[in-house]
Amino acid sequence: MFRFLHAFNGIKYYLFLPFIFWTGILMPQSALAQTDSLKANILKEVEIRHQRKLLSNISPTPLQILSGTALRKLNALSVADAIRYFSGVQLKDYGGIGGLKTINVRSMGSNHTAVFYDGIQLGNAQNGQVDLGKYSLDNLEEVSLYSGQKSDMLMPAKAFASASSLYLKTQSPVFDIGQRRGLKLSLKGGSFGLFDPSVVFHQRLTDRLSLSLNAELIHADGKYKYRYTNSVYDTTVVRHNGDIVAKRFEASVFGNTADSSKWQLRIYNYNSERGLSGAIVANKFDFSQRQWDDNFFVQSSYQSKTDQRFQFLANAKYAYDFIRYLDPERVSLFGALDNRYAQQEIYFSLANQYQILKFWDISLSTDYSYQQLDANLENFAYPKRQTALIALASKLNWQRLSIQGNVLATLVNDQVKTNFSAGDKTEYTPTIMASWQPFKNNDFRLRAFYKSIFRMPTFNDLYYTLIGNSNLSPEYTKQYDLGFTYSRFFEAVKLTQVSIQTDIYYNTVRDKIIAIPTLSPFRWSMVNLGKVEIKGLETNIQSNWNFNGFVLNTKFNYTYEKAIDITKNSTVYGQQIPYIPLNSGALMLGLDYKNISFNYSYIYTGERYSQKANIPVNYVEPWYTHDLAVRFAFDYAKVNYSIAAEVNNVFNQYYDVVLNYPMPGRNFRITLITKFN
Amino acid sequence: MKKLLSIKVLTAVCLTTILWSCRKDKGVTPEEQTQLPGQDITAVNGLYVLNEGNWGSNKASIDYYDYATGVYRKNIYGQANPFVTLGLGDVGNDIKIYGSKLYVIVNGSGKLEILDVKTAKKLAQVDIPNCRYLTFYKNKAYVTAYEGFVAVVDTATYKLDAKITVGREPEEMAVVGDRLYVANSGGYTSSNYERTLSVVDLATNKEIKRIDVAINLHRVKADQYGDLYVTSRGNYGDIKSNLYVVDTKTEAVKKKFDIEASNFAIDKDFAYIISTAWSNATMSNIISYSKVNVKDETIIPGGFISDGTEKEIVMPYGIAVDPISSGVYITDAKDYVTPGTLYSIDKNGKKKFSVSTGDIPAHLVFYTK
Repeated sequence: MFRFLHAFNGIKYYLFLPFIFWTGILMPQSALAQTDSLKANILKEVEIRHQRKLLSNISPTPLQILSGTALRKLNALSVADAIRYFSGVQLKDYGGIGGLKTINVRSMGSNHTAVFYDGIQLGNAQNGQVDLGKYSLDNLEEVSLYSGQKSDMLMPAKAFASASSLYLKTQSPVFDIGQRRGLKLSLKGGSFGLFDPSVVFHQRLTDRLSLSLNAELIHADGKYKYRYTNSVYDTTVVRHNGDIVAKRFEASVFGNTADSSKWQLRIYNYNSERGLSGAIVANKFDFSQRQWDDNFFVQSSYQSKTDQRFQFLANAKYAYDFIRYLDPERVSLFGALDNRYAQQEIYFSLANQYQILKFWDISLSTDYSYQQLDANLENFAYPKRQTALIALASKLNWQRLSIQGNVLATLVNDQVKTNFSAGDKTEYTPTIMASWQPFKNNDFRLRAFYKSIFRMPTFNDLYYTLIGNSNLSPEYTKQYDLGFTYSRFFEAVKLTQVSIQTDIYYNTVRDKIIAIPTLSPFRWSMVNLGKVEIKGLETNIQSNWNFNGFVLNTKFNYTYEKAIDITKNSTVYGQQIPYIPLNSGALMLGLDYKNISFNYSYIYTGERYSQKANIPVNYVEPWYTHDLAVRFAFDYAKVNYSIAAEVNNVFNQYYDVVLNYPMPGRNFRITLITKFN
Repeated sequence: MKKLLSIKVLTAVCLTTILWSCRKDKGVTPEEQTQLPGQDITAVNGLYVLNEGNWGSNKASIDYYDYATGVYRKNIYGQANPFVTLGLGDVGNDIKIYGSKLYVIVNGSGKLEILDVKTAKKLAQVDIPNCRYLTFYKNKAYVTAYEGFVAVVDTATYKLDAKITVGREPEEMAVVGDRLYVANSGGYTSSNYERTLSVVDLATNKEIKRIDVAINLHRVKADQYGDLYVTSRGNYGDIKSNLYVVDTKTEAVKKKFDIEASNFAIDKDFAYIISTAWSNATMSNIISYSKVNVKDETIIPGGFISDGTEKEIVMPYGIAVDPISSGVYITDAKDYVTPGTLYSIDKNGKKKFSVSTGDIPAHLVFYTK
């Protein structure tokens, strides 16, 4: 942490900073040469595709990407299902279609991963977590995970501000020459009473303007069998109260200006009602708790032409998130427990990049966000938070070596109506990263990064009635990573491509925010107490094969992670932290022949402990699932049809990811897609 | 191509390793034994310890400390009852012995388990949602339930005979004469806690009156002079926990001690009290141990630990006093999510031993001849 800029200890100084930049930028961009924007777009697509293949190999921070057809071929319904195929990731999955699913990257905790939707962060000041089960793959083009941070220069300051970042990119409309509209209808159905229709509609409005509409309904009764046994008792029960009805609607407008700048405006709404299936404990298999969600946001971004010395990227967002939790089993004088929370966020960001020399870029990003939380709780704090982020970055980029560093200033101001506020906080955190090609041949690269960052205590940590503690300081992480990438294309052999990424890393988490008991089990308090040390290795090996018209794609990843509790005076000092397996991995095989494709995937998570003490009663068995899918596509009368059938957890293994939250056994899904051009 | 070959081999090795790595059959978790010093042989055979286990973890467990052999048997329920689906259950909340049977309340699992006191083998189960505490009177077990009643269970037929309506979220009970005193908490409505003891006539099993004490009552225990010692949890904010004495002859509060009290045990003329207070300033618990003479209702200075053992105890939680030796047992729940510790302290306040228990050791009962 750096300690300078003392003069700027109040947040208000920063509030007008972005606007200074805005006035400088909104000068008329004179009409540049009017190129054929359509052709330019096609060219750009090709160029991007080519780059993408190399992106994970030249990235100084570990990058894993699932995009396009690879993403569509997965046995996956939501983003949560897809990220199980990444290395270094533990998905905390409470089971079923409606069960909470959060991501934990490299054992630092789920609050340390930021999730970006089309480049803008999905914020959650209340608990700092994003339920990835809510984000459908239906309209996503790409899911990518960066350990550390994305190595771009032109990005919002928030993209510098977390220990790892998950980017979700929606499909933007692409039109063939002469095409004005596109329509995709799809229908998924199968186990858990799943009925999931969706529609995507693209319309070209003008040469420079297109519209995209997407709507999806997910309806499921959520019932599935699970089984618990100790070899004497053997009990199979049906999971109840896991039903869900979710409606998602998105509309966006994409535009290009005459000078090839791009802009986008998106409206998003997700609305759901679901049953909450609780922990399965002896004598209790039924639940009556319910949850309602309403998530709305409107966001817009504008990016200036990308091939000039000065570029900028402006983002703005307004979000409203409502959640209602009903517990009919907990009845007070005022009736059943019925908690409602409404969160609002206003966000502005301006990023500027300037090329000083051919090999030297600098950037300055300034973000401002305002978040507030209302709730119908007694003695509630009604917290409001203003955050200003300023990231100053510099990148030196030669043919075989790139070095990039940045310093992020974070200024936070909290205000509350009742009780005590956490007040102002100022932090300065650095990141440095490098990628080096040691040999003339560009197949092999070495990379390394160091990142120091923290997460702010959430509103729940600070202000939750009775439990919150406004004295909390942030939870800090430090990451050190060293790795290599190897990638090679071959001509005229059966093996067409191979790529390997391997990294070793060392992370620490200090001042970890944990709950400790105070007067009684009714009264806990949050404190900065824990310290964790993480040593890991992850590797990704990919290959492509081509023989006699068969195309085979293989992906393998493996993660080894020793994440130990090193809290001072702890009774579990040196023991593996809960829910982190030493070994985990995944394997995917995809075989395409003409218009048939076949997919097999295997996911393995090793033994873990459900609590801090690594003792037999806390032991959680390893689990591994085999999934199969077959897909057939054909064109008929200018319409493209595809049909896919999936069998997941083929060998019907019963397992828990989170103790006492059983996962489904064997299950099926059929997907029908019709595309009109 | 050599390099590629080695990659293939590596991949194959990795694959076989992960594909064939089997799941250990979890099976029945066996009990663990620890040799401790024995205790003098008296009418007391030993001590049962009920570990609550954190909410939702399904980790309630029972330990037994045998006085004669000095063997501490940890987690005995699973081995004694391997056929019970998912074991004892979620949040063990009370344990008592009546006749030849051991009664265990499992709050999260909503059941009263009735076990053989010698073998801990299950005899019967009575389902009572959100049940809390337990007491006995004339072959009936009385069980408080948060739905606002006391369930009456016949100890011979294991049938639920009646439900006595009392206050909201009732907690502990005590029997004096032919009356049952029930501490009402009202804990689900923090803006309007209950503040009374319900008085139940055990002849008719009806609530006959309420005694106003303080908000959010929790514990109630009778001394040998017809007085009830009652704790209030306070409101976890400006109103602290407190200890009161209620005279059952006048059925009114006769003394307020003005000490924070989270748990206590009464043995003959003394009450042994654990106090835990949270300090926001230091972000830590302030813990104290005090001793009260129940005959003349005065605080005896110096508490009941004399050798500094209190410095070892992170979160004192359960307490019991051996009725013969007057030795004190204190449980340490630590951070509620790791195994706790049972401390044995002799009547002079010196530590005899400590032993690792299940998660949240909380409720203790002496098995007597």
